Amino acid sequence: MGRYLIRRLIQAIPVLIGATFLIYWLAFKLPGDPIQALAGEKKADPLVAAMLREKYHLDESFLAQYWHYITNLAQGNFGETLTGRSVWDKITEAFPYTVNLALLAFAIEAVVGVLAGIMAALRRGRFLDQLVLLSTLLVISVPVFVTGFVLQLSLGVKLKTDFGFDFFPVSFNEADGIRAYLLPALVLASTSLAYVARLTRTSLMETMRADYVRTATAKGLPRSRVVGRHALRNALIPIVTFLGADLGSLMGGAVITEKIFNIHGIGGLLAESVYRKEGTVIVGVVSLLIIVYLVANLAVDMLYAVLDPRIRYA
Amino acid sequence: MRDTTTVGDELTTDTQTAGAPSASKHAKPAKKEREASLWSDAMGDLRRNPVFIIGAVLVLFLLVLAAVPGLFTSGSPFDATACKLQDSLKTPSSSHWFGYDIQGCDVYTRTVWAARNSVIVGITTTTLVLLVGSGLGLIAGWVGGFVDSVLSRFTEIFFAIPVLLGGMLIMSGLQGNAWTVSVVLATLGWPQIFRIMRSSVLQNKNNDYVMAARALGAGTWRITVRHILPNAVAPVIVVGAISLGVYISAEAALSYLGIGVQPPGISWGLMVSDASVRWLQAPHVLLFPAAALSVTVLAFIMVGDAVRDALDPKLR
Repeated sequence: MGRYLIRRLIQAIPVLIGATFLIYWLAFKLPGDPIQALAGEKKADPLVAAMLREKYHLDESFLAQYWHYITNLAQGNFGETLTGRSVWDKITEAFPYTVNLALLAFAIEAVVGVLAGIMAALRRGRFLDQLVLLSTLLVISVPVFVTGFVLQLSLGVKLKTDFGFDFFPVSFNEADGIRAYLLPALVLASTSLAYVARLTRTSLMETMRADYVRTATAKGLPRSRVVGRHALRNALIPIVTFLGADLGSLMGGAVITEKIFNIHGIGGLLAESVYRKEGTVIVGVVSLLIIVYLVANLAVDMLYAVLDPRIRYA
Repeated sequence: MRDTTTVGDELTTDTQTAGAPSASKHAKPAKKEREASLWSDAMGDLRRNPVFIIGAVLVLFLLVLAAVPGLFTSGSPFDATACKLQDSLKTPSSSHWFGYDIQGCDVYTRTVWAARNSVIVGITTTTLVLLVGSGLGLIAGWVGGFVDSVLSRFTEIFFAIPVLLGGMLIMSGLQGNAWTVSVVLATLGWPQIFRIMRSSVLQNKNNDYVMAARALGAGTWRITVRHILPNAVAPVIVVGAISLGVYISAEAALSYLGIGVQPPGISWGLMVSDASVRWLQAPHVLLFPAAALSVTVLAFIMVGDAVRDALDPKLR
């Protein structure tokens, strides 16, 4: 297990380097002059501009710039923005919001999705199954920003104005605590939730037909034990795979949800940095997201061994 | 799996029947067997599936809408004099079904005309993804070794970059229109098809019928076309049909964020973005394009779902 873990971590390094290289190159290619952007409408002071260019290595070639960046990153230094702020500070300011949002969305998606899937699979072909299939189909087709606006209007506004039930804040306010995250998290989770429900349904339906499930039933085990212990545990493998890969995309996909609900998280930071051509911030944020993605995938592979004892890592 | 091999074995079955002494007697049952191939079976299923029929009708309608929007509306969104500010945000009426937007433009006309960009993005992106993904996947699978490792690592890099973030980054350096959006989405979307194609080659290249074809003198190209591709076609079509809807949705998301299609181009995402400013006062301006977008994506996903069920008998 330990050796496998180390091998996987080493394998992740080229992916990380490749991805940062690609992102850095894209950021480098952004049109316009970042130093001039700093000066706004005024013409940038040539002396200051030259000084800044030298300080941030902007006068060097792309490869040299990337080399400076990656060697700093390897030492845990995310660099600083052109206005002299530490990129790490900016990231740690924005990250908690996105992490809270993504984790809550993840919890909603995992719990509600898996439960809906189990119910649908156990009542195959009946009303509940059809209901789950139909509603997930609808949720998958409606784009996130549409879901966002519709839920904002129905749960955030109408519920308050028409029914006097003020529970979901229309816009994000930190003072509301976890309540502030509920609606955005629901929006963020919606599409993945539908996928999880469908995946659980299919996967559980397939395992319910396996020989060991029939054996368990024949042994006279109660249905809850047959489903929970024998079928579900095996059916969980593809679901865990999906959930693991999704954690990364939840954090990256929060851009739109954050915009609708006015949350100052990673998405907003990224959009702002693209606009300001702050290559270092863009690459820092995206690298972090990629690390989250890789770690989540690794965790999934570790979980396989827990779920299915036949899977062993040497 | 059983059905897919039937398709792949066509060549072998043909030779056998031709070589058999009582070829004419067996000709009829052999033909019947071919009728019950994966495809005719699937077509039969699809024709009876209401989900597929509804989805297909919607998709056809959408294609007509995209090709000749003039059939459905007399107005044009590019006619600057058609919009009058005094009509701003007026609610739907019998002459203007979808009401007016903030600029006083007819929402119905714009919604109809915006279908074209969505269809362009969906079809172009899917085509590009299929070409690039299957091309590279075939190369990785056939050549193997070093080339395969490099291509596979390369795919992992693209997999690790979130589509929306990557899209934001690339699009901000480009002129935003339906074509550039398609290219950018395809750049980020091809790894999925790559994986399917690569594994299809790896699974099949050592099968007996491939060996037999090779022994009969078939080249790599012929084996690819006759044996490898037919085996991969089913999953690729399913992923393709579903992701067509997803790409349309992604274009709308990029346009919503202001980095997809740029005005004067029209897109449902852009319309939603414009309407979102006054959304709480005039929800209809946002809801109509949003509904059009959702129905479009729904149509493609319905078709994709139905095709998957028809091609994958395991789920029955």
